[in-house]
Amino acid sequence: MRHFRTMVFPYLVWIAIMIVLPMLLIVLYAFTVRGNDVTTFRFTLENFAYFFSDAIFLDVLKRSLLIALATTAICVVIGYPTAYFIANALPTWHMRLVLLVTLPTWINMLVRTYAWMGILQDNGLINTFLEMIGLAPVKLLHTSFAVVLGMVYNFLPFMILQIHTSLTKMDQSLLEAASDLGASNVQRFLRVTLPLSLPGVISGITLVFLPAVSSFFIPKLLGGGQYVLIGNVIETQFLTSGNWNFGSAISMIMAVIIMISMYITKKVDRNASEGGGQG
Amino acid sequence: MKGRKKWLSKLWMGLIFLFFYAPIAYIVVFSFNSGRSLTRMDGFSLQWYERMFSNGDMMDAMFYTILVAVIATVVSTIIGTVAAIGLSKSSRVLKTIVERVNDLPIMNPEIVTAIGLLMFFSALGVRKGLLTMILAHVMFCTPYVMLSVSPKLRSLDPNLADACMDLGATPWQALTKVIVPQIMPGIVSGALIAFTMSFDDFIISYFVTGNGVSNISILVYTMSKRINPSINALSTVVILLITVVLILVNLIPAMKERSEKKREERMEQV
Repeated sequence: MRHFRTMVFPYLVWIAIMIVLPMLLIVLYAFTVRGNDVTTFRFTLENFAYFFSDAIFLDVLKRSLLIALATTAICVVIGYPTAYFIANALPTWHMRLVLLVTLPTWINMLVRTYAWMGILQDNGLINTFLEMIGLAPVKLLHTSFAVVLGMVYNFLPFMILQIHTSLTKMDQSLLEAASDLGASNVQRFLRVTLPLSLPGVISGITLVFLPAVSSFFIPKLLGGGQYVLIGNVIETQFLTSGNWNFGSAISMIMAVIIMISMYITKKVDRNASEGGGQG
Repeated sequence: MKGRKKWLSKLWMGLIFLFFYAPIAYIVVFSFNSGRSLTRMDGFSLQWYERMFSNGDMMDAMFYTILVAVIATVVSTIIGTVAAIGLSKSSRVLKTIVERVNDLPIMNPEIVTAIGLLMFFSALGVRKGLLTMILAHVMFCTPYVMLSVSPKLRSLDPNLADACMDLGATPWQALTKVIVPQIMPGIVSGALIAFTMSFDDFIISYFVTGNGVSNISILVYTMSKRINPSINALSTVVILLITVVLILVNLIPAMKERSEKKREERMEQV
């Protein structure tokens, strides 16, 4: 038996080097600035101070959070009924529908985002259609609308699948019991189905909010070069302006914001489920 | 009432799938357009495919994407399986540590993982390119392989390996003849996840590559600033490739089952 235990050792070395070390580098860079010599650096909070004292960066942060929140909210609103209908579909259709939701996620995100460029362009598919039926063309590409649309398109399947899983895991006899005790369909949904599916909604929210807040190619492709979210700022710091210390600080700020929002979401979930238990 | 409700849910699902599949269909249809327009079909032609195949950058990107995906899949599947087997026999503390560390690239935004690797490779002085891309892909694929293999290991009888060795098997035999075949479904689905993750990756590849090595995602990103219908052709090929992989993965078990059934029938006849 002990023979096999040693099989994990090479992997320990691997993750120490390839996962832990790069993360430590981010922290190191975030809290330092380069000194006069190439090899020296000194510890400082300047990078964070610089970010929080600049109105432009704060605006970018605010916009990123708003876009991510809007995306998440829309995904819940669209995703919940979709998951509900799939969970209640005929057994023969059930797996097919799940497969149909999963399939687009296997296709390259960049390719799928690029597709929307052609659809949303000023002379694109939607505007051509609007002109055909005699309406004035609308500016769609390079707007917040396009960015949110692109994010919803890319991340909605995650939400649907998470909610669907929690709905199918639910004990069906609870619904029968509720009906037997005289609950109406609406009551049954609000008092039984919804609270029990909340964990799925919560994990769906995490799976959508996280990539939405950090995304940088969706705003670049659908928002245009001038449309800047926090991910784009990080990209610029690393690939264009070369200020790795500042870039690391921004990504740490982003990581902390994500951690806080996950914590709040989990907390809300716990309170909600406790409340449900008492009610 | 019931009929109306059904009708409503059908309409809703129809709209959702229209939303999901219209952009994909749009790309495929317009890749066969004879004109440059992205809104009007001028006629059927394969000219964008011809241009794609004669475009050196696109062919290189396709080659690198497949090369990296195949290498990353093989390596991460082996590393992940070996590590998962070792971990299943390790102490609770070690298990927790490895799971937490594995969660880092899964739970962190990809861009954070990407810049970490970028700084790491440059601190080491490694030339950015094919090697760094492969290393990065192996790094983010392996945790997914382990996530897929570990549950299978947990459902094995913990005394299985001991039983094999009591019966005279060497540890290697116990491993390759008993344990690995038992967890094969987990290994296969782990490899599939690894392949598609690597094949579709953009963010991490974009940050860790350099020196002219691009994959398809990076190429689409850099080319998409100008309208180029060749991207539609390339995208269609990508969609086709992934669909074929998915169909194969779904068909192979079915075919295996069928051939096994055939063999059983033959045995019965004998």
